[in-house]
Amino acid sequence: MSIIYVLIPLGLVLVGIGLWAFFWAVGSGQFDDLDSPGWTVLSDDERPPATPARDEKDER
Amino acid sequence: MTGAGPPCFHCGEPIPAGTIIRARLAGREEPMCCHGCKAVAEFIAGAGLDDYYKYRDAAAARADEAYRPDRWSAYDRADLVERLSRPEPNGARSITVLLEGLRCAACSWLADRALHLQSGVLDVSVNPATARARFVWDPAKVRLGDLLRVLEHVGLRPHPLAGEPAGQLSTLERRTALKRLAVAGFGMMQVMMFAVPLYIGESSGMEAGIRELLRLVSMLIAVPVALYAGWPFYVGAWQAIRARGISMDVPVSIAIALAFFASVWNALRGHGEVYFDSVTMFVFFLSLGRYVEMIARHRAGSVADALARLAPVTARRVRGGTVEDVQAVELAVGDELLVRTGEVFAADGAVLEGDGRVDESMLTGESTAIVKAPGAPVHAGTQNLGVPLRVRVAAVAGDTVLSGIVMLLERAQAQRPRLARAADRAAAWFLGRILLGAAAVFAIWCFVDPSRAFPATLAVLVVTCPCALSLAMPAAIAAATAELARRGVLVAQSDALEVLARATHVLWDKTGTLTRGLIRVEEVRPLADVPDSECLRLAVALERMSEHPIAKAFLASDQGAVTASDLVIVPGQGVEGRVEQRRLRIGSPDFAAGLSDIASAPAWLAGESWVCLGDRSGLLAAFRLTDQLRPEASHCVAELARLGLASEIASGDEEAAVARIAERIGIGRHAARLRPEQKLARLEALQAAGAVVVAVGDGINDAPLLRGADVAVAMGRGSALAHTSADLILVRDSLDELPDTVQLARRTQRVIRQNLAWSIVYNVAALPLAAFGFVPPWLAAIGMSLSSVAVVLNAMRLSRTPRNRSGRNWTLSRPAEVA
Repeated sequence: MSIIYVLIPLGLVLVGIGLWAFFWAVGSGQFDDLDSPGWTVLSDDERPPATPARDEKDER
Repeated sequence: MTGAGPPCFHCGEPIPAGTIIRARLAGREEPMCCHGCKAVAEFIAGAGLDDYYKYRDAAAARADEAYRPDRWSAYDRADLVERLSRPEPNGARSITVLLEGLRCAACSWLADRALHLQSGVLDVSVNPATARARFVWDPAKVRLGDLLRVLEHVGLRPHPLAGEPAGQLSTLERRTALKRLAVAGFGMMQVMMFAVPLYIGESSGMEAGIRELLRLVSMLIAVPVALYAGWPFYVGAWQAIRARGISMDVPVSIAIALAFFASVWNALRGHGEVYFDSVTMFVFFLSLGRYVEMIARHRAGSVADALARLAPVTARRVRGGTVEDVQAVELAVGDELLVRTGEVFAADGAVLEGDGRVDESMLTGESTAIVKAPGAPVHAGTQNLGVPLRVRVAAVAGDTVLSGIVMLLERAQAQRPRLARAADRAAAWFLGRILLGAAAVFAIWCFVDPSRAFPATLAVLVVTCPCALSLAMPAAIAAATAELARRGVLVAQSDALEVLARATHVLWDKTGTLTRGLIRVEEVRPLADVPDSECLRLAVALERMSEHPIAKAFLASDQGAVTASDLVIVPGQGVEGRVEQRRLRIGSPDFAAGLSDIASAPAWLAGESWVCLGDRSGLLAAFRLTDQLRPEASHCVAELARLGLASEIASGDEEAAVARIAERIGIGRHAARLRPEQKLARLEALQAAGAVVVAVGDGINDAPLLRGADVAVAMGRGSALAHTSADLILVRDSLDELPDTVQLARRTQRVIRQNLAWSIVYNVAALPLAAFGFVPPWLAAIGMSLSSVAVVLNAMRLSRTPRNRSGRNWTLSRPAEVA
């Protein structure tokens, strides 16, 4: 069971790295706009597809 | 009144009866409510952007009928572009604009595509959350004015924001909140992971070293959660205490601090309970609630945005006989301005030359334009609808009436009567109950075993506080907020729901709230042997060229068939012209009758808002113009009355118009011709008499009223300034949801009471048992989780309610609440 004395601090380090990565992402504006990036897929085309999947879902 | 046909294809508003405007889009004829919407829809289709209509999830803003492209030409000037934009590499420039009418992701797609189709645009980024677009363009290839014009063409009116810092305040606030939330979330998960083995180890035995390690590591993780993530609560509590008040933050901070320091103490000395799991969970759920609330608040907009929309950036100064474009900030008292038709006044002043008509609805709420003769005062932010005016500047910047309203608003906000009162009640309620319970436990333990009195009391405080506070209230409020958002009601202040449940009065604004804020021809009364439709056709022909707001009422039924010639506009009277070889006049009754030899107009035409059409043989017809009543208004008022809320109108409009609306809706009390401060006084009088007042408004003139009210409700199409003052925003711009919202608020309060009762009963029952050793810790842990789950599930019932849209016949089964 003494492996736990290594694993738990290791887990803490990983949490620290995860938090640091999240802070970096927030700081660089990754979370400022959560809506429109999904639409940029469409704006690359001259014309977006005629029947988007969303409409079909709504009709059901 | 409104027809029962389909709504406008573009903006989704009902189409007034008799209006036949159609736009051809993708081979289909689509109904439109006005020519503004038609122009926008056709432009969107013409630019190949008509897929916007498939993707959007909210109807577009109603296009401004009096739409004038030349207002953007001022933005072609180099020095103005220099001031508004920032330099980019290779001679390009970037600018940030606020887009009015940006409602959903499809709108931002539309703005993005519309700009990208222009040559010379290098980069575009649109943020629908803040309604801002930033684009980079090459001034050598395309002019800024043209780009702004394109945006207005697609129905998104741009407002360039000068000198807005890159790291905006609201963005910073959101980022910080997100970081705190992440720390609390990660911390909670980690601590939970260590808490489970600790609970299990308690019953089945655990190596002392491992137990020690788990407790110390939990503490290590809980430190940033309690200190960093919990920081806003301590700041809030400190501010409340310094202001000699008590807010929700105070008991929250006490609970966090007590539980945290007791746990740290126990963890360091190696025995006793640790509550790190409770602390982190508590902080996480509270932060989550605050975060959701903050997002809603940001969507509602800010005062700075609102002012950016109102105050024009440029003005035309007359100096030495020449007219020069200057920036509004350069104006000084005594300057002479030329304000053309459709432009917004940049400063307060007095008319020097010209008989103008000014739309002051943003200040007074009055729907009809005010006639301005030389010498009459005009105000910054109002719009010139008539002939070009020369104006002598009397007040600039902070001295204008507009600034006065903003200051009034800030004062009302600083006092924040409703927030303080609501929080007072909540805090007193909780603190009282919890302290009472703890005191009782302490007293009992003093008799039984004084040595265990302190730990037992602490246990009661620590365990009841987080459980009752962290889940019972926030879970119910979060569920109610989410449900309301689905119904199109945005909750910007979560404690508004608590107050709304207790509300006794509703104070209504008239224009734009009970009515649509658009003048329409309500009744055509023929006075000669000419059919209605013929009279309307002639009236439309005469009024088509006019800028007068009354003319807009006729243009709604424009079918574009006939035109008038030899038009003469008589200020304050009406229009004379020739239609199909007939000389006709439209305007005030006496003016219209003046073309014939017959005496003056019948007496019944005086007083009410009648407009007459006449020719050489006498009067042909009289038109009654009214601001169109919202179709759902009277139902809403009746429904609220059934829920026990008394209605009252406080309007800036004329007495006769207010009285008629009040009568038609069935509101007994009304007050007309009120200025913003008088509305606020009326509200304060009601509050002084003990009423809990809901204010519903849409205009800038309502903003102080909304700020002062116990619960403020703003219409979705209302001004941004009204939105910033509001607790609830009716996004769909319909009053239908208001009674349902009151009912949901009351049900939320019931659920909160049930949850609190359950938490208290559970804790009261379980704690002594655990303390006496009847309940093994693992069972207590399971019981605790099940208790939390029960509370959350009970709260979730709020979001599972069937919508009561069809609930016109739905009766409230609790008459006791009505009384």
